[in-house]
Amino acid sequence: MIRFLLKGLLRDRSRSLLPFITVMLGSALTVIGFSWTNGAMSSMIESGARFSTGHVKVMSRAYAKEADQAPNDLALAGAGSLLAGLAREYPNLDWTPRIAFGGLIDVPDAQGETRVQGPVAGLAVNLRDPGSPERGLLNLDKAVVRGRLPERPGEILLSDGFAARLGIGPGATATLISATMYGSLVVQNFVVAGTVRFGIAVMDRGAMIADIDDMRGALDMADSAGEILGFFRDSPYRRDEAASLAAGFNSARHGDGGEFAPRMVSLHEQSGLAQTLDFAAQVYSLMLVFFILVMSIVLWNAGLMSSLRRYGEFGIRLALGEDHGRLYRSLIAEGTIVGFLGSAAGTALGLAVSYYLQNTGFDLGSMLKNASVIVTDVLRARVTPASYVIGFVPGLAATFLGKAVSGIGIYRRETSRLAKEFEG
Amino acid sequence: MTETPLIVTKDLTKTYPMGLHTIAALDSVSLSFDKGEFAGLVGPSGSGKTTLLNIIGSLDTPTAGSAVVMGQRIEALTHKEAARLRNRHVGFIFQTFNLLPVYTVYENVEFALLLLGLPPAERRRKVLAALEWVHLADRAKSRPAQLSGGESQRVAIARAIVKEPDIILADEPTANLDAQNSHNILRTMARLNGELGTTFIFATHDFKVMQYLRRTVTLIDGRVDTDQQTDGRPGTSGAGEQP
Repeated sequence: MIRFLLKGLLRDRSRSLLPFITVMLGSALTVIGFSWTNGAMSSMIESGARFSTGHVKVMSRAYAKEADQAPNDLALAGAGSLLAGLAREYPNLDWTPRIAFGGLIDVPDAQGETRVQGPVAGLAVNLRDPGSPERGLLNLDKAVVRGRLPERPGEILLSDGFAARLGIGPGATATLISATMYGSLVVQNFVVAGTVRFGIAVMDRGAMIADIDDMRGALDMADSAGEILGFFRDSPYRRDEAASLAAGFNSARHGDGGEFAPRMVSLHEQSGLAQTLDFAAQVYSLMLVFFILVMSIVLWNAGLMSSLRRYGEFGIRLALGEDHGRLYRSLIAEGTIVGFLGSAAGTALGLAVSYYLQNTGFDLGSMLKNASVIVTDVLRARVTPASYVIGFVPGLAATFLGKAVSGIGIYRRETSRLAKEFEG
Repeated sequence: MTETPLIVTKDLTKTYPMGLHTIAALDSVSLSFDKGEFAGLVGPSGSGKTTLLNIIGSLDTPTAGSAVVMGQRIEALTHKEAARLRNRHVGFIFQTFNLLPVYTVYENVEFALLLLGLPPAERRRKVLAALEWVHLADRAKSRPAQLSGGESQRVAIARAIVKEPDIILADEPTANLDAQNSHNILRTMARLNGELGTTFIFATHDFKVMQYLRRTVTLIDGRVDTDQQTDGRPGTSGAGEQP
C-alpha cells in the first residue's frame, strides 16, 4: 500500500510538489529567520561587548557599584600585575585594560585663547601596542573617516561629527580639560590624528579615543585601569561560561574584603543587560512562534485544499472497500512523507543559506559611507544546534496537523456523498 | 430447498431533510434478489434507483426498514464492517467510470486486491485475468486519460470483477457511452453473469440496458411500481461484436 501511495504522490504534483515546496520554503525561511535573528542578537551583544562590557569585566568592587559614572578615583591599582595574572589564569580569553573619562575639548585660536569648546566622553585603550586586540575590537582601521590611527604619543581620535562641529581635522591641536583620579584639574594638549565614526548618535556628537598610556599620564593613573575587559578568544559570548567564570573569580577572592579588590562581572550583569537581553529573547521567541503559526496555517490550508480536491477519490476508495480509518491513515501517511521530505529539504536549504550568511555575512559597510566603531558593518547569521530542528519540527508537525484536520472530512461526509463527488 | 436470497429489503425507507420538509427517496421498498440475477431498477430521475443501489452497496443507510445483504443488516453495520462487506462481496460500476486518474489501468484494477491484502503474485494473476476478460490486457500500462469512454468503462468492470464479488451494482453504466460501446459493455456484463454467476443490479433509464435485463423493477417516487421477469435478449440494432 505504501508503494501505491508513493506512486500517487510522485505522479500527482498537486498532491506532492505544491505541499513539498510550501513546507520546504516554510522550513527554510524559519531556519534562516532563526539563524539570522540569532546572528543579529549575537552581533548586538558582541558590539556592546567590544565597546563597553566585554564578555567579562574586572573592576574594583567600589568602581563596579558606580560603573555607570566611570569613577576613576575608584579604579583598579596595580593593573599590570592583575592583567598578567588574568592572562595566566584564563588563557582562553583576551584581556585589555581601559579607562573611561569625561571632560571638555577646548580648541584654541592662533593666540592660544579658546575658540570653541565641547563636552566629550573619552575612552582610553591600548592603541599603540602591536599585540593589543583593541584595533580589531573597536574596528578602528575601518572606522577612520579622516586622517589615520594614532601612532605617536599625544595623538587622539575624535568622533567625526564632533571634529566637524569644532571645525578641526587631522593635525589640529585639541586640549582636554578633565580631572585626575585624585580630583585635580587636568589640562592636556593632544594632536588629532584622525576622526572616526562611532555609529551611535550620542557618541558621534562628542567622543574621543586616546591611548591608555597617554591618559594614565594625563589622569595621574599610573599602572591603573578603570576596568579590564575579557573576551572569549575562540567564539562569541557564552552566557553560562561567562557567569561561571565570574563566579569562580569572585569566589576565589571572597576573603579579600577591600573596596579596591577586583570583582569580575559577566556581560549579562552589566547596565541591566540581562533584562534587555531576556526581553529581546522573549520578543524573538514571540516572533518565532508567530512565524511558525503562520506557516502552520498555510500548510494546514494547503492540506485542506488538497483534501477537498480529492474527496471524490476518497469516495471511490471507500466504495471499493477501503475503510474510513485506513483511508484517513493513508492520508496522514502521505502528509507525513511529504512533510518529512519537505522539512528535510527546507532545513538543508535554510542551513546552507544560514552557513553562508554566517561565514560570509552581509556586508553593510559596502553600502554605507563609513564603517563604525560600535555598530558592526558585517551582519552575520549564527547557526546553533537549534537551527537544525527549528524548521524541521514545525514543518513536519504543520503538515501532519494539516492533513489530520483536513482529513476529518472523510468521516464527516456521508460515504455515498463522497462517491458522488467523484462524478462532479 | 430454496436458496437464501443474496439481498432482501423490507419496508426500506430513506428520507432526506429539505428545509422544513422531508423528501422520501425510498418509501417502504420490499424486494429480494437471488444469486445470479441480472436485474435492473428503472424509473425516471428522482425515483430512488441510486439511493436503493447505495443502500444495497452499504454506501448509505436506511432511515427505516431493513436491508440484508449477504446475511448482514446494512443499518447495523459499522463503517469498518460496511467497508469489509463492500470489499469482499460488492463491486461498483459508475456512470462516470470513476477511475483513479494518477494510476495506470493495471493499478486501478489492482487497488481492490491491495485492500484484500493478497500477495503480489496472486494479485498479478487476478488483475491480468480480469483485464483479459474485458479484452484490455494490452492497455495495462495506460492511464485513464489515454482511454476511450468504452475502454474506461471496461476497466471499471475489470476493477469490479477482479475480486470476484457476489454482487455488482452498476449505476447508469452506459450513460456516457455511445450505442456501440453500450452494447459491448452490456454483452461483457451478461457474459460475466452467465459464466461466473455474478449477480448484477443496474440502476438505469437507458432502453439499451433494459433490453438485456432478465428482471426489471420499476420505481416511481420511491415506491416499487412493477416487478417483472423479462427475456433479457436484446435486438440486434446497434450492437457490435466483441469489445
